[in-house]
Amino acid sequence: MNVPNSFRTGPDENGHFGIFGGRFVAETLMPLILDLQTAYEDAKADPAYKAEMEAGLKHYVGRPSPLYFAERFTEHLGGAKIYFKREELNHTGSHKVNNVLGQILLARRMGKPRIIAETGAGQHGVATATLCARYGLKCVVYMGAVDVARQAPNVFRMKMLGAEVVPVKSGSSTLKDAMNEALRDWVTNVHDTFYCIGTVAGPHPYPAMVRDFQSIIGHETREQMLEAEGRLPDSLIACIGGGSNAMGLFHPFLDDPSVKIWGVEAAGHGIPSGQHAASLTGGRPGVLHGNRTYLLMDDDGQIAEAHSISAGLDYPGIGPEHSWLHDTGRATYISATDQEALNAFQLVSKLEGIIPALEPAHALAKVIELAPTLPKDHLMVVNLSGRGDKDIPQVAEILGTKI
Amino acid sequence: MSPRFEARFKACAAEGRAALVTFITAGDPDRETSLALLKALPAAGADIIELGVPFTDPMADGPAIQAAGLRALKAGQTLAKTIEMVREFRKDDATTPLVLMGYYNPVYIYGVDRFLKDAKEAGVDGLVVVDLPPEEDGELCLPALKAGLAFIRLATPTTDDKRLPAVLANTAGFVYYVSIAGITGAATPDADRVKQAVARIKRHTTLPVAVGFGVKTPTQAAEIAGGADGVVVGSALIDALRATLGEGDTATPATVPAVTSLVSALAQAVRGARRAAAE
Repeated sequence: MNVPNSFRTGPDENGHFGIFGGRFVAETLMPLILDLQTAYEDAKADPAYKAEMEAGLKHYVGRPSPLYFAERFTEHLGGAKIYFKREELNHTGSHKVNNVLGQILLARRMGKPRIIAETGAGQHGVATATLCARYGLKCVVYMGAVDVARQAPNVFRMKMLGAEVVPVKSGSSTLKDAMNEALRDWVTNVHDTFYCIGTVAGPHPYPAMVRDFQSIIGHETREQMLEAEGRLPDSLIACIGGGSNAMGLFHPFLDDPSVKIWGVEAAGHGIPSGQHAASLTGGRPGVLHGNRTYLLMDDDGQIAEAHSISAGLDYPGIGPEHSWLHDTGRATYISATDQEALNAFQLVSKLEGIIPALEPAHALAKVIELAPTLPKDHLMVVNLSGRGDKDIPQVAEILGTKI
Repeated sequence: MSPRFEARFKACAAEGRAALVTFITAGDPDRETSLALLKALPAAGADIIELGVPFTDPMADGPAIQAAGLRALKAGQTLAKTIEMVREFRKDDATTPLVLMGYYNPVYIYGVDRFLKDAKEAGVDGLVVVDLPPEEDGELCLPALKAGLAFIRLATPTTDDKRLPAVLANTAGFVYYVSIAGITGAATPDADRVKQAVARIKRHTTLPVAVGFGVKTPTQAAEIAGGADGVVVGSALIDALRATLGEGDTATPATVPAVTSLVSALAQAVRGARRAAAE
């Protein structure tokens, strides 16, 4: 594989990152995707749009999010100096809102009064419902029936915010099926509906657009680390379902070769069990949901059901740019099991007074493994992409506590 | 390019009528029943056959075809077995055009070149691959044309005049007009609007235009047939099939006849359509 001069120039005009990405959608959606691309290009060049974004991020989302030195966690592990990028402090409790703000402002520019979204853990659904409430837009969220059951607090939040939550019972009743159903809605309601995709996947321009909106995480981290330590971090680590929080952190650092990049997929019950959601570790390139990327599937090309304790990582694919970073070797992808994530969830709660969501608990699990092997002057940033309030009922049940 | 399409559309036109295009899912509810049904379709009045390739995530399909695909997969259907079904079908039928319809991933994993070779040899005439728009022609459309298989494109209500030439550029066999913005088997198309849309497409191409998505009854089929070269019926056949299934979605003696009798009724309606219009 040729190593490019820059890792930050993709995708090409057809939405390709190497062989990954593209626009694999039904003809009905093709004109909509082309319209979206034009509208996004126009918006990017418009100072009014930029100003509206900046104001929203500052006054509504609460940015910048802090870069916090996790002192007791660092001491406990006895190696690398660990910083948390505190995306869980954003309004709505995760990084998802960064992207949703960008897309909702775009939907307003395009004159689309109806917003649809898919959601796994419910964080993207909550962020979408929130901004639809803020701007008076109709909101329909598709969520797998299994996820509706295990993320009850977020379902209630979305309904409080005025969104309609549609439980999806087809297939495995999780995130991939929610995405199928959202695409079916979009193909049916082409004239008034904007599809707000929650991650760096889907047909072009979504992977690039969502990455752009999330890149504020990495840009802030860069400035904050320079201010705190006078230099760039030595490593970045983030969990990956579709991979938007990770891409947001990674992208501004891709051309800094001194910065080591780790992505953490969900290993579920362990890769050998076959019950996991680690597309890069356990999958191969294929085509689903509008893009070519690494996918979990069988030998006939039938998509496999992913498994993870975390509803937000329970997806058999991954954003195409991650697939490309994997193949080029710029980023290293590892995985954490359900049990490792649960352990990290509890440890970080006790040591730092921060209850992480089960999703970033996967990244924290690998920090627990990696940090002790690294020198004390190694600066490591972990993206604390969401807070764990939504996971309390599920974790309590697993730990055998009745609440 | 696959002479079977041309011959069949010409024959239908000579009878002053549209072609009836029937869709079933390969392997639904099991391989034997599905093969028996496939073989029975031409005699029941199907002019062209679309054989659905099951996929776990059929984004453009409604509940009926989604369920059919899952039944087939559960019974062990694969793309290789579907191609094998076509080979069996061709032993008795050398003239009915047959189209494989599905999604790209199973083909991509099978291997494009190997797939085109095997499909062509088995007697497949054309392909409809829902998630390959003209923007991705390099993937399968151009290699298929080179291999002598028609790549049948979907044109939809959102395909405007500006975009139509791109959609039609590498199309062969016929054009499949998707009569509604939506999924298969959902809303009912409006016959007058469909007629206008077909006329619009015909200003851009000499290929026959078949119309599908949402055509369920013989009456609807006749209406649509009045303004198109072909009418496609899928979900309604799948519904008829499903209604006969026993416990655990197993076939019963009623399964094949239920579908073929609906096909006969549809064929009769389509055959009557232009005659009625002419009288």
